[in-house]
Amino acid sequence: MDWTALWLSMRLAAWTVLLLLPVAVLAGRFLAYRQFRAKGLIEAVVMLPLVLPPTVFGFYLLVAFGRNSPVGDLWQGLFGHQLVFTFEGLVVASVIFNLPFAIQPAQRGFEAIAIEVREAARCCGLSPARSLWKVELPLAWPGLMTAMVLTFAHTLGEFGIVLMVGGSIPGETKTIAIAIYDRVQAFDDGAAAAMSAVLVAISLFTIALTYWLSARMGRRLS
Amino acid sequence: MALEVMAKADLPIPLDISFRVDPGELLALVGHSGSGKTTLLRTIAGLWRPEVARVSVNGTAWLDTAGRVDLPTHQRRVGVVFQNYALFPHMSAAQNVMAAMDAPDRDEAARILDLVNLHGLADRKPAQLSGGQQQRVAVARALARRPEALLLDEPFSAVDRATREKLYGEIIELRANLAMPIVLVTHDMNEAQLLADRMVVIDKGSTVREGTTAEVMADPDALRAMGIREVAVMLPAVIVEHGDDGLTRLDAPTGPLFLPGVEGAPGTQLRVRIMAHEVILSRTRPEGLSAQNILSGKVTQIVPGKGPAVMVHVAIGPHEILSRITRRAAEQMGLQPGDPVHAVLKSMSVARDHVARMPDVDRAAQ
Repeated sequence: MDWTALWLSMRLAAWTVLLLLPVAVLAGRFLAYRQFRAKGLIEAVVMLPLVLPPTVFGFYLLVAFGRNSPVGDLWQGLFGHQLVFTFEGLVVASVIFNLPFAIQPAQRGFEAIAIEVREAARCCGLSPARSLWKVELPLAWPGLMTAMVLTFAHTLGEFGIVLMVGGSIPGETKTIAIAIYDRVQAFDDGAAAAMSAVLVAISLFTIALTYWLSARMGRRLS
Repeated sequence: MALEVMAKADLPIPLDISFRVDPGELLALVGHSGSGKTTLLRTIAGLWRPEVARVSVNGTAWLDTAGRVDLPTHQRRVGVVFQNYALFPHMSAAQNVMAAMDAPDRDEAARILDLVNLHGLADRKPAQLSGGQQQRVAVARALARRPEALLLDEPFSAVDRATREKLYGEIIELRANLAMPIVLVTHDMNEAQLLADRMVVIDKGSTVREGTTAEVMADPDALRAMGIREVAVMLPAVIVEHGDDGLTRLDAPTGPLFLPGVEGAPGTQLRVRIMAHEVILSRTRPEGLSAQNILSGKVTQIVPGKGPAVMVHVAIGPHEILSRITRRAAEQMGLQPGDPVHAVLKSMSVARDHVARMPDVDRAAQ
């Protein structure tokens, strides 16, 4: 059992959720409320990581973050080390490939709020920020909750992109999914089985938690 | 604190309208769906901006496309009751009301909920309230904003008829406490006539007729825009007594009226709506007739319509009632202005929701 890899995966998933939550709120809200010409295109781009093979996506990220890329140069200049094959690089990649898992449910959550309810909030004297905090976030909460759980679970399980962008450096970029693959390659079926079981348990727990929370939410509204 | 509105636009519908509502006055914007009445309400609230528009309250501009003034909705002191109430579903009735307060205050919320007859329901969620109760919460929330203009967008359309009648009475009573201009959007002439002091009839985005309720209801052009069958007059009346047989005796300036089961104690002031197509005319005082109400008066005017009908105006004392009869009948009777005539009204033809308490305008003006 590779506890370092599990802890790394948990940290990666937590950072991804934390960084994606505001993005999901802002982008999901924007896409839910606004109608504009390029909306379909933007939605398609956001969904892209869902359909691209992870290796293809990982390859592009590797090139985009690499030493000779503008992003890679900028990162090197700012932090003094490269972005690829580091935990930070993994977080950035994770945020990007989880965009559809975070934005889509958030968008659905905001779309479920009747337009009159939002207008009523303004007519009650609530500024856009207060309306978001007091009315929209509580009502879009089930969607946001789904977004966070999906992002968390998906990050724990992602393999292809992590391998391409992060490699398999213990304690730095070796996630639990990579560790399982590693163990299988080494014919250490016992360790692979243990780690797989832990992943199953964590996934089950998160999904159950969401269902419980959304059922509680449903009771609050009725 | 008068509300003045002017709006011109080509989209989403052609619009070219201006009107003014005085403090404490209830103006009804009446029109079919798509006439532009809701767009006007949204313009006042700042939820819509026509190409050319000016909205001012008490001389302060909320919107002036010429002067580049456009206050965002949340900075306009406006109370809005939406057609489907748009209550915040995750908040209790009291929280809904407090959400509209500058400084949320539970006691004040309870006071406003009492005002709309929602005592004891403060902790219910909207989903746990009936349609009528939800409407009352919406009214309470609009009032909690301490609005300088109160806007009601078809607020009675989502409840059943019995509830609607009760809510009419409550709104009329509530007006005694309200000093701000009130705009009611409705497609229901009866509702407008029962509740409003003045009406603006809108068709295809422009004003067909503006005037007091009585003026508009006697104007054939305005009525044609709303469907001619809606023609009616409002008679003031006072409850005299409730008969054992279920008929209530009212005293109107036109003489006694007998109507089925009117609610209210003797002495209660009412407005009774008499539909023109329910009034029969007779040259001689009819006898042996089942109708209970026979009012004697004088023909003042016979206005021909586009179809086979004419509108006969009958003066009864200082009041006038309207009778819509066929042109043929008018010719056979040889009716001329100045002729004495008897107007016959069947008691059961006055629908229950055509009787409402008189708005207490004197108190509202204070």
